[in-house]
Amino acid sequence: MDLIDLTLIWVVLIGIGVFMYVLMDGFDLGVGILFPFAPDDEARDQMMNSVAPVWDGNETWLILGGAGLLAAFPLIYSVFLPALYIGVFLLLAGLIFRGIAFEFRFKATKNKHLWDYSFFGGSTVASFAQGAVIGAYVQGFQTENFRYVGGAFDWLTPFTLMTGLGVVAGYALLGVTWTIMKTEGKTQDWAYKVAPWMLGAVMFFFIAVSLWTPLANERVMERWFENLNWLWIFPVATVALGAWIFQRLRKRGEGSPFIGSMSLFAMFYIGVLISMWPYAVPPNYTFWDAASDPGSQLFLLIGFLFLIPIVLGYTAWTYWIFRGKVKPGAGYAGH
Amino acid sequence: MDLDPILISRIQFAFVVSFHAIFPVFTIGLAAYVAVLEALHYRTNNPLWLKLSKFWIKVFAVVFGMGVVSGIVMAFQFGTNWSNFAYSASNFLGPILSYEVVTAFFLEATFLGVLLFGRDKVPKGVHLFSACMVAIGTFISSFWILSANSWMHTPAGVEMVDGMIHMTSWTQAIFNSSFPYRFAHMALASFITGGIVVAGVSSWYLLHGRNLETSKKALKMCVIMLAVATPLQLFIGHEHGLNTFENQPMKVAAMEGAWETKTAAPLILFAIPDAANETNHFEIKIPYLASIVLTHSPSGEVPGLLEVPADERPPVGIVFWSFRIMVGLGLIFIAVSLLAAWQLYKGRLFESKLTLRAFTWLIPAPFVAVLTGWFVTEVGRQPWMIQNMMRLDEAITPSITGWMALVTLIGYIAVYAVVMFAGVFYLKKVIQGGPEPVDEAEESDSARPKRPWSAVPSSTFDESPSAAGS
Repeated sequence: MDLIDLTLIWVVLIGIGVFMYVLMDGFDLGVGILFPFAPDDEARDQMMNSVAPVWDGNETWLILGGAGLLAAFPLIYSVFLPALYIGVFLLLAGLIFRGIAFEFRFKATKNKHLWDYSFFGGSTVASFAQGAVIGAYVQGFQTENFRYVGGAFDWLTPFTLMTGLGVVAGYALLGVTWTIMKTEGKTQDWAYKVAPWMLGAVMFFFIAVSLWTPLANERVMERWFENLNWLWIFPVATVALGAWIFQRLRKRGEGSPFIGSMSLFAMFYIGVLISMWPYAVPPNYTFWDAASDPGSQLFLLIGFLFLIPIVLGYTAWTYWIFRGKVKPGAGYAGH
Repeated sequence: MDLDPILISRIQFAFVVSFHAIFPVFTIGLAAYVAVLEALHYRTNNPLWLKLSKFWIKVFAVVFGMGVVSGIVMAFQFGTNWSNFAYSASNFLGPILSYEVVTAFFLEATFLGVLLFGRDKVPKGVHLFSACMVAIGTFISSFWILSANSWMHTPAGVEMVDGMIHMTSWTQAIFNSSFPYRFAHMALASFITGGIVVAGVSSWYLLHGRNLETSKKALKMCVIMLAVATPLQLFIGHEHGLNTFENQPMKVAAMEGAWETKTAAPLILFAIPDAANETNHFEIKIPYLASIVLTHSPSGEVPGLLEVPADERPPVGIVFWSFRIMVGLGLIFIAVSLLAAWQLYKGRLFESKLTLRAFTWLIPAPFVAVLTGWFVTEVGRQPWMIQNMMRLDEAITPSITGWMALVTLIGYIAVYAVVMFAGVFYLKKVIQGGPEPVDEAEESDSARPKRPWSAVPSSTFDESPSAAGS
């Protein structure tokens, strides 16, 4: 095992997995966040139908994230979850309420609006909780002897509140640009109108979090300012990307705002990694401390090398099947 | 007030896993049934099969959705409430659960999208393929999760060093000794659950004179399957029990209500176990039978609970009574299935109000049987998290407090109450609506000319004598 650093491979794999989740579930959670603001019921039907065939597969990446962490970095699993105990409950409750809304909304008659709120509330709470998890990771955990020893609400601070709201805004941006791509007419017009506001909110949170993180955290401060001669490229590129998305929205680009928003998330993601590397459970444990036995990492890696391409293959295939615009009224409601 | 985090975490896990378990056990059976219906439609082009399939896919979608949302919770319970267990066992559990996700969950979730929404977007064969992938996915999923669960009952292929579990053999760990029995028992339970629900709903339609043609077809399929599966389940269950007798004798002692170790042990049919006084009240028993069943010899020795100290005994009453409810229901399933099969053979099944009513009443019964079965095996493992390796008090999350566990327990109960209430409400709506396009969703459906389904003339679905005769 000396020749290949399995742990490093797993950092990359889990990194990709978490990023896949953020991108894929991000836009369908975002659609939920935007739900009550949509112009009318027809637009809501369209928006929900645009994600109905794929949301379940998207959410599976979250389960893979959980199980994959348990397999490759059990320390992350067994510290984050106890530390974020209440937040995890909110995340799960949110995902439940939005998940059942897909099935029940289309079967409801009188109470359809209740499921609209269930979809909106669940999506928003789940997105916020995910943002708070990222904030808590940056913040660090009180640990002793590989166990979490802090309190139930250590994770809830002004900083995590900020990152939580930041992710809500970010997912809303992904959701609105997805809506632009998947709809036309009235719904699309509305999405074009609100998208710049979402973009503005995301850029605001980006700047706020980027300033706050190094100020609150000496290690992050050193990381950025000691390497500023080349790291400056990331914040500059992020702002440039934001400007480009704004431009594309004004020119009524169809797919480019969505792709731009996804790239924006990639930049945030890289930024977090630069700040935190090589800590898995800061401030005490690195990814190497958090790793499982090499034998277990290898056993799963062999399977993943065959299975993940297959999963990606048929996932891409379903997106291909459900490609194109969702027509008003031509929903998938009555399967 | 002092709240015990272990006790509340146990209640929480029991609650969320029991709630979750009722959905997959049904969807595994139902997914296979839908795949069969799709295959029949593919081969024969008979619209009745399509009609049946469309109807059961609607039911499947609701139940599967409830299973998915409650399943996400399960992926995190180990970490939130039992993090020491998760950490210690991660070298085995992590890869096994990850394999479940990549071999099963993605398959189910992705192809479900095509099954539900893709009928008019993909060729017929591809749609059938998707139905099969969903069904296979549910099976692969149960393979992995039951392997992990069985390993907690009969751990193998690992060694414990300084509180961490390390692998010595993957094959021994995955195919641990109770796994084949548990897998077979659970797979059959899924078929029986799916079969009884479909049979029950079809019988209800027949009793109300609705959807006669499709319901007769569905009921006939189920009765034939159940007549084979229910007696087979008795046999598999017995073999499973013998494996437990070998590996977890105290669980069997609790199932039997046996306090003292006895040769020529009687089978206790009824009793009120009294753990405090280590005895039973009001016993009704059949001499020698427990020894015969468990050791295949009338003089065989059956160990009793007094073999181990009181703090290593499982709670007797729950195990004892859950076991009797499970077996009792299983025997009723066999009786009703065989009676129905006989009536089918004689051509009297569809007129027999008694059998049709029995199936309708039995709809909730397989769920009760499955849950009580799980109570037997899980409560019977106590006080062990991993049999003879890790106890519950070593497994609990160190930072958890009683009130944290209690608040989330109340939260889960509240959330699941909403899920259950809404789920049952809409399932009732779907089932009462029946295969005919009468409910609101179907009506809006027919406004969509793109769908081949609505292109089929509605007269095809009339339950008129001429259609029935064709």
